[in-house]
Amino acid sequence: MSTRKRPLLSRRDFLRGACAGALAATTAGLLAGRAHPALASDSLAGQTWGVLIDLTRCTGCNSCALACKESNNLPGGDVPPGTLDTDTYTFVDTREVITAAGRAETRYVKRQCMHCLNPSCASACPVGAMHNSGEGPVIYRSNRCIGCRYCQIACPFGIPRFEWRDGISPAISKCLLCYDRLQANQVPACAEACPSGALRFGRREDLLVQARAQIASNSGRYIDHIYGEHEVGGTSMLYLSDIPFEQMGFPAGLPQSAPPEETDKFVSALPYVIGGVTVFMTGSVAYTHRRGAESTAERGEPASVSGCDASENQEE
Amino acid sequence: MGLFVLQLLGIVLFVGIGVSAVTILGLRYIAYRMAGQPGTLSASDYEAFPIPIIRFASWKKAIRTLLLAMLFGVGAALILMRFVYGIGAISNLSDQFAWGLWIGVDVMSGIALASGAFVIAAAVHIFRLKRFEPLVRPAILTGLLGYLLEFGVMTVEVGRPYNFWQMLIHWEYHSILWAVGICVVVVAGLLFVEFLPVVFERLRESEAVTRRVPISSLSHLLKKGWIALVVFGAVLATVHQSSLGAMWVLVPAKLYPLWYSLYLPVFFWISALAAGLTMPIVESILSSRAFKRGLELDLLADLAKASSVVLLVYLIARGVDLVTRGVWPLIFQPNVQAAAFWLEVGLGVIVPAILFAIKPLRHRPAVLFNGALMVVLFGIVLNRLNVSMVGIWPYAGYVYFPSWMEIAVTVTLISFGVIAFGLAVKYLPIFPEEGEHAAH
Repeated sequence: MSTRKRPLLSRRDFLRGACAGALAATTAGLLAGRAHPALASDSLAGQTWGVLIDLTRCTGCNSCALACKESNNLPGGDVPPGTLDTDTYTFVDTREVITAAGRAETRYVKRQCMHCLNPSCASACPVGAMHNSGEGPVIYRSNRCIGCRYCQIACPFGIPRFEWRDGISPAISKCLLCYDRLQANQVPACAEACPSGALRFGRREDLLVQARAQIASNSGRYIDHIYGEHEVGGTSMLYLSDIPFEQMGFPAGLPQSAPPEETDKFVSALPYVIGGVTVFMTGSVAYTHRRGAESTAERGEPASVSGCDASENQEE
Repeated sequence: MGLFVLQLLGIVLFVGIGVSAVTILGLRYIAYRMAGQPGTLSASDYEAFPIPIIRFASWKKAIRTLLLAMLFGVGAALILMRFVYGIGAISNLSDQFAWGLWIGVDVMSGIALASGAFVIAAAVHIFRLKRFEPLVRPAILTGLLGYLLEFGVMTVEVGRPYNFWQMLIHWEYHSILWAVGICVVVVAGLLFVEFLPVVFERLRESEAVTRRVPISSLSHLLKKGWIALVVFGAVLATVHQSSLGAMWVLVPAKLYPLWYSLYLPVFFWISALAAGLTMPIVESILSSRAFKRGLELDLLADLAKASSVVLLVYLIARGVDLVTRGVWPLIFQPNVQAAAFWLEVGLGVIVPAILFAIKPLRHRPAVLFNGALMVVLFGIVLNRLNVSMVGIWPYAGYVYFPSWMEIAVTVTLISFGVIAFGLAVKYLPIFPEEGEHAAH
């Protein structure tokens, strides 16, 4: 009953290979067929989309949040939202922080789904409603949803919102990284709307290279941490900041590996557990029944399978 | 639109159950009152009454039944409210605390306590410990009711229960919850089949039934495949119990370190084994009181002995896990989590393990009952609540506590289960020696 048992052929490894192949094929198709107009260079093949959010540049203007509302036809588009809810996929959080120089300042943090590379919500979802598109966005297919809310439990960032007041068909809502717009060769609405250059859309690997360069070339401007590079195995949304991320309200102490890797180990072990228990139980049956037959034969009684009903004995 | 019709059907079904429960109990009450007065209702009228009538032995029992009827009425109304105004209208659940009492008690604990069906059946039919035979049927009945309870609560807890079939067509095997869902369906079906011999035994007495349904060949078929069913049950129960633990392996950043472990599936499996050994003790003693049956004291003491070994293994496993992860100092922290841990492990594992290890003690009915109840309430139910609720409080940043309405729904469903158990014992040969006499 060990969950750590290493299978001979890990299904995860197999899937990983298959997924990598599929991903490469998809992206190659994307590059060949419809190169993204938003990108200056598509030099890095096989990579997924992402957004780099430079918190030092964010002015808290809320253009992104309002553009998101408009693009996704969400109600309440005239007032900047103050929190995530079923009608708000993203909002700009206000944080009072102490800078490295010791000054109290107000900072803004855009919050939304982090679009994990190996999303816990998609691993959790029993019907594939939460789905890793493989292109960066983690999407939600409402028609499959059973409303179990395991995605909310699973999400390390506490993002998905549930319609608690809908009795008939409550749905989950979260940022989809404008998956539909990506399909139509458009950049996500928030990134398009940002006037200060705090949001940069692109291929995740490109963004990481740029972010590292930014940290290196502006000594002291940023802390040496790209949030989302390694957190829970990496996310498509990446953050740069001059204030430690914990102060900015980001969950600290997240594992560097994706949580689904652990449950995948359990799933990979299940066939062996099933096989092991079956063999053990069947072997026990064979053993005890042979011994049972021997002992009853010695006593001169007919061997009978201890039946599914006690009435057998009563009828005799 | 089709979905809406389905939802409407669900509402009607629930209201129907509530109303019919109230009606049946009310009619029973009226029949009791009328039968109590000479001349108002003859014995034949009484026999001809369209529903089975339970005579109330006393006013106390009559009031108890009425209270139960009111509870069902409230439960039905709450369930109706949930389908009209949403889960948020009757629960304290939120986006930060998406699962609560219903998952912790009805699903995670209910399934663990149902494991007796597989433990006892395996002991008797696989390991040929035939002296436990009298405990098989009550255990299977408990298991069946436990799984039906899960179906009941799922209809309320899950936002779109009518979409359940999506699980059957999308094989999302990477999802632990998918495995759990499939197990619920298959195991419920298996327990239903394992319960059939009991039903057949009763039906066999009716010529009207045996003329139409080939009961004897069906039960012969069951007997042929019985061992395979029991083996299948043990395998499925292993998958199901460990999967319930694996669900929480996905939340390393949310679950308090006293409970978060990569070995949660193993712990859930071992503790379910302990539940499968102690739950029959509790229900045997309870039903011996309720139905004035004899008590299989030696059998129950043997179960207690076995459970003390299992609890010891469980304790060692949990201890080794806490030490190897280096989080053991947390058990001395002055916080709610440490207190809950001590309640769970101290009262639910250590104390009963000691009590059951001492021979003179475990042969006393009071020790047996209280020890087994401690395992069930603290070792199992509190453990599942610690994993799903108390261990999440620090992450959520606030203390979720179920609303009275959540509790009422759970109490209603559990009451249904208890009543169904009582009715089954009354009308079906659950306890072999007693069943025969009850029939005629």
